[in-house]
Amino acid sequence: MSAVSPTSLDAALAALTADTVVLAGGTDLMVEFRTGRTRAENVVDIWRVDELRGIAAEGDGLRLGALTTCAELVRDPLVRERAAILAEAADEVGAEQIKNRATLGGNLGTASPAADLNPVLVALDARVELVSTQGKRELEADAFLRGYRETARRPDELIGAVLIPPPRKRRSAFRKVGTRRAQAISKVVVAATVELEGGVVRSVRAAAGSVAPRTVRLRGLEALVGQQPSADAIAAAVRAVDVTPIDDVRSTAAYRELVLRRVLVTMLGRLCAADE
Amino acid sequence: MTRVVGTRLRRPEGPDKVTGRAMYVADDVPVGCWWGKAIRSPVAHGELLGFELDPAFDFSQVVLVRAADIPGVNVVDLIVDDQPILASDAIEHWGQPLLLVAAADQATLDAAVRAIDVRVRESEPLLDMEAAEVVFKEIVIDKGDVDAALASAPHVLRRTYHTDSQEQMYIEPQGAIAWPEAADGTVLVRGSLQCPYYVQRALARALDIEPARARVVQAATGGGFGGKEEYPSVVACHAALLARAAGQPVAVIYDRHEDLAVTPKRHPARVRHATGYDDDGRLLAMDVDVLLDGGAFTTLSPVVLSRAAIHAAGAYRCDAVRIRGRVVKTNHVPYGAFRGFGAPQVCFAVERQMDAIARERDLHPATLRKRNALRLGDTTATSGRLEESVGSEEVLAKILERTGFEDHPWCQPRPAAGRKRRGAGFSFFFHGAGFTGAGEVHLKAKVDVRLAADGRCEVHSASTEFGQGTVTMFTAIAAEALETGPDDVLVVEPDTGAVPDSGPTVASRTCMVVGGCLARACRELRARIDAHGGQGAEGSFRERARAFLAAGGDGRVEVTYASPPGLVWDDERYEGDAYPAYGWAADYVEVEVDLDTFEVSMERFVSAVDVGKAIQPQLVEGQIEGGSLQALGFAHIEVVGTKDGRFLQDRMATCIIPTTLDAPPMEVLLVEEPFSHGPYGAKGVGELPMDGGAPAVASAIEDALGISIDRVPATPERLAAAWLAAHPEEAL
Repeated sequence: MSAVSPTSLDAALAALTADTVVLAGGTDLMVEFRTGRTRAENVVDIWRVDELRGIAAEGDGLRLGALTTCAELVRDPLVRERAAILAEAADEVGAEQIKNRATLGGNLGTASPAADLNPVLVALDARVELVSTQGKRELEADAFLRGYRETARRPDELIGAVLIPPPRKRRSAFRKVGTRRAQAISKVVVAATVELEGGVVRSVRAAAGSVAPRTVRLRGLEALVGQQPSADAIAAAVRAVDVTPIDDVRSTAAYRELVLRRVLVTMLGRLCAADE
Repeated sequence: MTRVVGTRLRRPEGPDKVTGRAMYVADDVPVGCWWGKAIRSPVAHGELLGFELDPAFDFSQVVLVRAADIPGVNVVDLIVDDQPILASDAIEHWGQPLLLVAAADQATLDAAVRAIDVRVRESEPLLDMEAAEVVFKEIVIDKGDVDAALASAPHVLRRTYHTDSQEQMYIEPQGAIAWPEAADGTVLVRGSLQCPYYVQRALARALDIEPARARVVQAATGGGFGGKEEYPSVVACHAALLARAAGQPVAVIYDRHEDLAVTPKRHPARVRHATGYDDDGRLLAMDVDVLLDGGAFTTLSPVVLSRAAIHAAGAYRCDAVRIRGRVVKTNHVPYGAFRGFGAPQVCFAVERQMDAIARERDLHPATLRKRNALRLGDTTATSGRLEESVGSEEVLAKILERTGFEDHPWCQPRPAAGRKRRGAGFSFFFHGAGFTGAGEVHLKAKVDVRLAADGRCEVHSASTEFGQGTVTMFTAIAAEALETGPDDVLVVEPDTGAVPDSGPTVASRTCMVVGGCLARACRELRARIDAHGGQGAEGSFRERARAFLAAGGDGRVEVTYASPPGLVWDDERYEGDAYPAYGWAADYVEVEVDLDTFEVSMERFVSAVDVGKAIQPQLVEGQIEGGSLQALGFAHIEVVGTKDGRFLQDRMATCIIPTTLDAPPMEVLLVEEPFSHGPYGAKGVGELPMDGGAPAVASAIEDALGISIDRVPATPERLAAAWLAAHPEEAL
């Protein structure tokens, strides 16, 4: 194993090469090193880069350092207020030990289709800030998560932060369906936000995990925008959702597809219930 | 009145375990110890052609052991000599050990493993037990004229049930350290194990040495659940063969992945029932066909089948019973011992069948159970008469009183609300304590007690502690029988060089059988001390014991198990008193099913259990809660699938067991219907709680959703499919 543990962002960026393995909390990579799926060579351990930490208000939104851990997301009052479903998802990621190490940036960087935080980031319209020695750029979370364990990050870049826009009057919901009640990897994971105005859907953004090779934005639901969210309209929109789940060691394609749609119908029905 | 038995005595070994002082096998690796590993088959069926050694690796730094290098018999000693320690030609299952490697450090070992290529010729594996041709064991139980009774019964219900496999998931993986032959010819093995004398016999045959020269010591053991009954013999033989080749101690310690991938799990089962009954649901005929997948080798399958067959008709009275059981060979990784030992599979089937009869007759399931439950004086399926210690009526009465289940409109239409459905379910069952039939008579379990120089009483037995409470239970029994306090008792570490063969620590036999011997031995010792000093002599137990020793008294008593008089068993006809006593129990479960995800939430669990006597009630309750949670996991979330003969869930991330959040609040109602030949009335409790949870959960889900549950685990995937089949209008 060859690894460096820089303590500044500049040093970390300078250490990046074309085949660098970026190690944050290690909750995925330590398993992969052991199974041999990823070779523990050219590792840049960024855990000690404090510039990548921190939760801050940015206007009415949030700026979350890439090394923000799930445990920090769970307990931070600002996150709970402005991105409640992110705190909720972070709480269901795994055991306390895992939550202490697993990071927001790691979730994004690994880009596992089963990642629990990534559907939330897409549903919240989060943006991913990438940094390199050349400067910074921002991408929508949905555009950043390109494919199966594949992201838009260039080898010379690190994920610097995640930017969450102001919540406005958005309502949000999160549902994880795991193999058990705690310490489980998702069979299906769904996050959705809805904004209503005068009984009409002004925006809807939802994403799901473990139902496609990547975290998938459920664009079919966005047809609800401009409509009154009747049960029929919701059912039609949910029918239009297009996913490509598989059979694997945790569940079946048929179950995933069925449960995603049933969960969405209930979730959107609640989010759109007229109580304002 | 007892003074120690029945109290919440602290675990003597507990403080060492919670403070980390207890030495598990991997904690105590000697200086200079080498590390060993098995190279395993990459195919489920085929022929071993040979090994290709990468010339780039320096093999002089490692030792290799092939089948031909085994000095004794190339067989893992158990029941039938069909399982080789290392395959020499035929490969019968994925992961079968082919070659052993050891090196001075783990990095070199890993490099050596990577430098070895296995060459095999693969053939088609047989993976469907229904298509299997080789029968490891067949058992037929016959009572009365079943064909006539079925023909004349007003109603006959025929159904088929399935249970899948289950992983024990003991917290500590398998492991052993072996030392090479010492100057006196002794080979020492220290390991995580349940049955030291099984390992001793296996080592003696593999190494071609006298059993007394194979010394087996149990390390602190992190759980077993049956999973460390037979497999430690494989690990120990591998370690000992490598130690012999290396001339160094060798540790073979599995990581979780290897352990999950290759060690035996619960036998998958298919059980068919044809039951005849009258208008009131009284059982007139039970025809049961049990099929178990044994996997590639016999291992303990014949005995698992025995328990399955004997328990297949459930805890019910019926004059015409036929049970045909078979366990067959497939190319799966061998299945083996797991808490319950064949009974959970058949208990699931018979309890679901009873629920189905209740539904068909429009009777409440509790009414049906009460109407048919075995009672004192009845005869079991094997025609053994229940002479005493039958807590069936009391467990039923207690659980129904606590839960009010009889007033619950089971499987009746109820107003539905929201996306959740609630249900309640129930099961009633029994479990024989000790070895089946004449097993204990043949085994002749021994225990000895010895006064140490300081006057304390040492308990010497081969019964092992692996979390279930052997040490505490023995301490309580010995202290009670010696009429002294627990501090005057020391239960010594199981070491075949120092303790007699008390038999394996399995089959709910440790308390009733070995504990019974211990009580007799201690009473005899106490009588000797009293005879020396006279009743009511002055001084503490230790002082009087020391005086007894100083006067030349013989402070050692050995007791051999004597079967209760009057027990009759015919092994040819499978007829008679299958067990000296049974534990009786009833389980009640409330569930909530999510109609969007078909996840089942366990809301409440109650178990009423007749254990004869709770030697240490807290440990008994712990056994019941733990065993029941294992049963609830088996019922709905523990999936062990296979593909091409290989376990799919072979990591802890994917091989799921319940967490505390998956566990419902649990209530245990103890019933003590004493057994006159058990210590202070005690029977067994280890396995019983594993039997009833799965059918009770299935019953509750059936109540909640109105769909039949004939297979466990009733996973959300299976429930979703069944729901859609019943509600095609909800298909997307």
